[in-house]
Order: sequence, then C-alpha cells, then structure tokens
Amino acid sequence: MSLNIIVLAKQVPDTRNVGKDAMKEDGTINRAALPAIFNPEDLNALEQALKLKEMYPGSKVTVLTMGPARAAEIIREGMYRGADGGIVLSDRAFAGADTLATSYALSAAVRKIGDYDLIIGGRQAIDGDTAQVGPQIAEKLGLPQVTYAEDIIDVKDGKATIKRRIESGVETVKAPLPLVVTVNGSAAPCRPRNARNIQKYKYATVPSEAATDEKKKALAEKRPYLNIGEWTAAYVDADLQQCGLAGSPTKVKQIENVVFSAKDARRVENNDAEIETLIKELIANHTIG
Amino acid sequence: MANFYTDNEALKHYLNHPMMEKIVDLKERGFADADKYDYAPQDYADAQDSYDKVLEIVGEICGDIIAENAEEVDHTGPRVENNRVIYAEGTARNLDACRKAGLMGMSMPRRLGGLNFPITPYIMAADIVSRADAGFENLWGLQDCAETLYEFGDEEQKQKYIPRVCAGETMSMDLTEPDAGSDLQSVMLKATQKEDGSWVLNGVKRFITNGDSDIHLVLARSEEGTKDGRGLSMFVYDKRNGGVNVRRIENKMGIKGSPTCELTYKDAPAELVGSRKLGLIKYVMALMNGARLGIAAQSVGLSEAAYREALAYAKERTQFGKAIINFPAVAEILAVMKAKLYASRALLYACSRFVDIYKAYDDIAKERKLTIEEKKEAKEYSRLADAFTPLAKGMTSEFCNQNAYDAIQIHGGSGFMKDYACERIYRDARITSIYEGTTQLQVVAAIRHVTTGTYLNWIKAELTKECKAADQETKATLEWMAQQLEACTQSVMGIESSEYHDFMARRLVEIAGYTVMGLLLLDDTTRNDDFRQPMRVFVKLGQAEVAKHADFIANFRPEQIEEYLHN
Repeated sequence: MSLNIIVLAKQVPDTRNVGKDAMKEDGTINRAALPAIFNPEDLNALEQALKLKEMYPGSKVTVLTMGPARAAEIIREGMYRGADGGIVLSDRAFAGADTLATSYALSAAVRKIGDYDLIIGGRQAIDGDTAQVGPQIAEKLGLPQVTYAEDIIDVKDGKATIKRRIESGVETVKAPLPLVVTVNGSAAPCRPRNARNIQKYKYATVPSEAATDEKKKALAEKRPYLNIGEWTAAYVDADLQQCGLAGSPTKVKQIENVVFSAKDARRVENNDAEIETLIKELIANHTIG
Repeated sequence: MANFYTDNEALKHYLNHPMMEKIVDLKERGFADADKYDYAPQDYADAQDSYDKVLEIVGEICGDIIAENAEEVDHTGPRVENNRVIYAEGTARNLDACRKAGLMGMSMPRRLGGLNFPITPYIMAADIVSRADAGFENLWGLQDCAETLYEFGDEEQKQKYIPRVCAGETMSMDLTEPDAGSDLQSVMLKATQKEDGSWVLNGVKRFITNGDSDIHLVLARSEEGTKDGRGLSMFVYDKRNGGVNVRRIENKMGIKGSPTCELTYKDAPAELVGSRKLGLIKYVMALMNGARLGIAAQSVGLSEAAYREALAYAKERTQFGKAIINFPAVAEILAVMKAKLYASRALLYACSRFVDIYKAYDDIAKERKLTIEEKKEAKEYSRLADAFTPLAKGMTSEFCNQNAYDAIQIHGGSGFMKDYACERIYRDARITSIYEGTTQLQVVAAIRHVTTGTYLNWIKAELTKECKAADQETKATLEWMAQQLEACTQSVMGIESSEYHDFMARRLVEIAGYTVMGLLLLDDTTRNDDFRQPMRVFVKLGQAEVAKHADFIANFRPEQIEEYLHN
C-alpha cells in the first residue's frame, strides 16, 4: 500500500526571535526584520508524512503552500528532508487572506491535486496562532479531521490510527481516509535536511524564479524533478470573490499589546446552553466582539 | 538554534583556501559525475556551495542535537548486555540524526553510495562534531575506516561493505591487544585459513573503540610461528556473521559516550583485505594516518569548545566590580588559548589539503597512468602529508589539553565543579595526546622530517612568499625561528649518539611545529585580517618556546643524559 500525502506548510516570520524592529509603527509585522522560516509545527507535520513514506514504500509526499514565489524556499526545505516535490499557490488575488480565504484557496488546490489519502498540516502557524486553517480545509472538502495529533501510528484497511494530545493526556483514535490531520508541536521533531537531497534539490525552482536565472532554467528543463509547481487562482478554478481580501470577513480594527496572563483551563460542556453562556461572558469582558 | 558551522568564520576561510580548487578538480575528475548523479556538482562553485550547505547541516545537528545531548551521554554512557554494547540514549539519537542527514561515508565515491567529498570538508565536519561532543566524534569518525577498505580492499569487498557504511553502519579498527599497545608488532590474535581458503579469527582485543560495530577491520597474525610485524595481515569482520563478543567495556575518565571494548573472537569468520603480511606495515599505517588526522580534528574541536566556554565565562563573571576578562592576567590566558586554537586549525587543514591531493592522485592512478609531473607532485604531497600528520596530531592534541586546562582556570572554583562543560572538555581532551599514538610516538614519526629537511624546505619556500607590510616584523621573527630550527638540528645531529638524538627529538619537532604553524597563520593573514591578532600572539609564544628549546640544547652536554636515565 502506498499513500499520497499532502503536507500543508506556511512560510512565516520567525516570531520566536523578535527584536525591537519586529513591528512597524502601524502595528503590522515588519517582515524584513524577521527571517522567513518553515512554520515549526508544519515541520512536525512533515515528519509524520516522511515517517509514513518510510513505512509504506512508494508513498508520495507533496508540500503545498500559499504565498509569494519566495515561499518556494520552504518547498525546497521540505525536499531536502525527504518530500518528493511541492506546489506554491501564488496569485495576487490571494493577498490579504484571512483563515477563511486561505482555507478556501488551499482546498481548491487540494481538489486540483485530486489524488490524496492524507492531508497533514501543523496545528497552527506562529504568526497567526489561529489553528483554524486545517479544520476549515477539512470542512470545505467534507473530510473527517483529527486535530492535535502527536503520532500517526499506522494506516491500515483505509483507516489511520492516531495518537492525539488532549487537555488531560493522550487518546488514540481511528479515522477513515481521506483525512485531514493537524499535528501538535509536541510530536516528534522533523528529521534533519539530508546531505544528498540538499545537493540534488538545491536548484529546484518555481517557474517565476527560473525565469530570471538561465542556469537554473536550463537545469530545470533537463531535470523534471527540479520543477516546483506555481499555481494561480485561475489554475485551481478558484472563485475570486472568495479569495484574498475580498473573501476575508476578518477586518483588523486595531492592534494593541497585551500581556498574556495564563490561567487554568476551564471545561465547557458540549451543549448550546453552556457555549452561549461562555460567548456572552467573552463579549461582556471584551475578549471578542 | 545554534549552528556550529555558521558561527565559526574560520571554517569558511579554510573551505575557500586557494588550493581547494585543485583539490576539488582532482577529486571530481574534472566534474565527470555532473550528469551521472543527480547530486554531483557541475563545477567548482557548485561543489563549494554543496560543501557549504552540507556543513551547515552538520553545524545545525551539532548545535541543536549533539551538543545538547553531550552532558547526558557523559553521565549515562554505554553499557553491555548479553555481550552486546547498548549506546546511551543520546548517542543513539545522535547517530540517528547523522544517518538521516546522510553524513556517513562522506568521502566515499558516489558509485558506492558516498558523497565524494574531499578529506578537507570531511575533516571540517569532524572538527564541528568534536566541538559538540568529542566522544561522539569517535563513533561518527570511524567511518574513516571505509577509506582504508576503499584503498586496499578488492572490488567485491568495496561493493559489499562501503554502501553499508554510507547507509549508516558503524565501523571499528581492532588493533590493540593486552600486550600490544604502542607496539603493534606484538599482536597475537590468530588468523587461521581453513581448507576451503576462508579465514577464522581467534583471540582477544582490548581498548577497541566502538568494538561492537557493524564492520570491523582487524589486525591478526596470519603467519604461524612469526613474531614481528611481517606476520600480520588485515581482515574485515562482518558482525552479521557472529563470532565476536564484547566481554566488557572500560570505565574511562573521558569520552565516556564512546564504548571502549574488550573483544573475544571465537572462530569468527573474516575476509582477508589486500595481501597477506602487509597488514601492519602497509594497511595499518595508512589506517593510522587517517585516524591521526581525525584525532587532530577532534583536538581542534575540543580547543574550540574550551576557548568558547572560557571566553563566555570570562565576559560574564564579575569580580572586584568588573568582568574578569578585563584583567590582563585573564585576558592573556584567553589570547593564548585563541592563538593555539587558530594555529591548530591552520595546521590541521594544511595537513588535510596535502592528504587530499596525494590521495586523489593515488585514486586516479587506479584508473589511468599518471603523467610524470603528476607522479612527481603526488610523491611530493605524499611526503608532506607524511610529515604534517604526526606534527598535526602531536601539536594540536597537546594544545587542546593546554586549552582545556586553561578553560578550567578561567572558571576558577566553579570550573572544578561538575556544573560547567569545561570539566567534561578537560576529561575528554586528555586522551587525544595518547591514543592513535602518543605524542612521544608522533615525535618518532616526525623527527625524520626534521633531519631530512622536509619541514625546513617547506618553511624556506613559505618564507619567500610576500606578506602584508604590517606583518613584516612577525615574518622576521619567523625567519629567526627557522634559523633556530636549522642550527639546533645541526647541533643535535652533530653528536653521534642515537640516545641523545631521541632525547632531543621532541624539542626539535616542537621548534619545527611552532615555525610551521606561525607561517601558516601568516599566510592566512594575507587573505583574512581576522587572523592577524591570533597570529601575532602565537608567534610571540613560538619565539619564546623556540628560544627556550634552543637554550636547553645549547647548554646541554651529552653526558648529562645520564641524570635522566636512572630513575
């Protein structure tokens, strides 16, 4: 049995090493001051995919990311670690997307890829911390989802057995394929980049990068595996009204510094009454609304 | 999030050494693999970029994984269960990372699954690994044994074993026995040829680093009734066949993560490598030369770690109202540590470049006849490698011990406690001047090149090179040191007593060592101003050391040896 696995990854500013100039005066991120990195929990997700590829020879791991052409760097990073290839979903129409528009675009790309058994992503990205994109993609594609995964133990008879982190411990669940899994940072760290792969794939490019570099262009023509996909909104048949700023109901009103004071978790039962009480409480103390 | 390659500018300086272009061209046979292998370089710039990128991986693994595990590995160490070695958990994690990163068999050709790296970038990786954990370097660095198998094994053996090493299987070199340490001619492990022509091994080996490895190179007595080195052959033993057990592992002072084993061989099947009787006199000598370069790299890595620990502590520790680095007595220790570190690294990579060139020619000679010029060049570099290897092993291991000592001194009482890395570095460093031939044995190997003039000729050629105006004074000191080398050598050799020559040998080798290392730093300074300060401090030190030795020789009457020989 071999699996087709899509790994969802995001290139993010490295917010773990924030200096003084990390934020602009208007409160938005100064991307120039922060190095762009492979979102850490997406690396945990990639490791799960690569582990499955080892367990089930013939499996294929494709890294999918949305971003500008330079996000091809994290596709290459994925290939250095063992992914077979990847796609950058890149179009001006995607700019300014919130989680809803992002998950719409990514789910359109996943549909375009078509043949998949598992879609694995990190729990959340360190620049937004929403943890919404993975679950939204599952909803849009009508797929089951397992969140907070720590270990995809195996895949047998069309079902994945997954250990997931919950508030008070771990639980092991089974879910049918095709399936969306989001992986927690407590999962195994990603394997290192491989010396042979880095030499093999260092000239891998998306077409817009190759266009400005004759040497890379010539190599990419000779060696098909050096071509990273660069897909537009039109190519994935996306409805422009649901993309980017147009498709994003989230509007940033203002940004302020908050001191996060951690408190103990509280348990809310899964019924409408309890959730309504919680929502009212959150509106009253201005956490939301 | 540390990277032990990118945070160390000196490594990139040596990676970009002008001689590298020739080395890479020879190793890559004019880039003949470019279209044969998808990971082969297209040209020199591409190859350099690949070395740089792979070393960055090494640096990341070392900074994030191996260095992080070092303390735990030092505390737990390996153990023996049912005659097998079980590594400390951290060691297993380190090995797993190195395997997944494809950092095994780095210098092996691509057709056998290797990366086809020259020795120089491979030794850089060893330097980086040693800084993270010198004990782990032993396990990882034993991939070097594949080099010997590649040089002397037959094609079938190469095809059988080397791809396995490249895929991550470990190796060991089983040489030492209870009664054969420095004196390997006394090896007794018995190799018996059966009627079908195959060989079995019986006996005991001791002090075998990573003795439970997957693939062993074994020195054994194949010629019954012989007693000297000419009765010894080299064998390869495959753990998959069974027959070798680990009786115990040593409880050591340092490099505790690296299992040092006592092995028993009971009818262990083995294959002969190369020709009978050449085991010690040819193959082990080659193996040891590679291993000595490895220990020099280990010494440099340890020196680097010691210097960094000391520097960080001296900046942070405040006494009498200021950081202790601001006291001249402390600052001087740090400056001298840095100078010894830089000089050690200069010598290490000079040596690795010489090895690279002659080994590449040796390998090319298997494919085609070398031209007369190539032969001449190969011979010259082989001689230089032969001269520089014991010098590098001897000088860098002694310096790394001195730096480890000084790192503790900078830490004061805290350094004597188990709380700081400097105490582990101190214990780990101690073995470097002992194994793969003690410093005293390196002197025995190096002294020939003092008396035959290999060092002096190289020194004289270096002195004809131009240097920057700012460095003329330093160069003049180095000229004086070279004159002392020549004069002291003549003076010592003028006395006809081999006992007296042996007695003075280390002094002469050290004079040569300080002069060679000073000149290498002078050359580095012509391309990189960052080397000027450590060069000047080193040459000041060298000048004083040379004067001390010259003074001792001048004021010593041969008959005074008697005072030293009756203890």
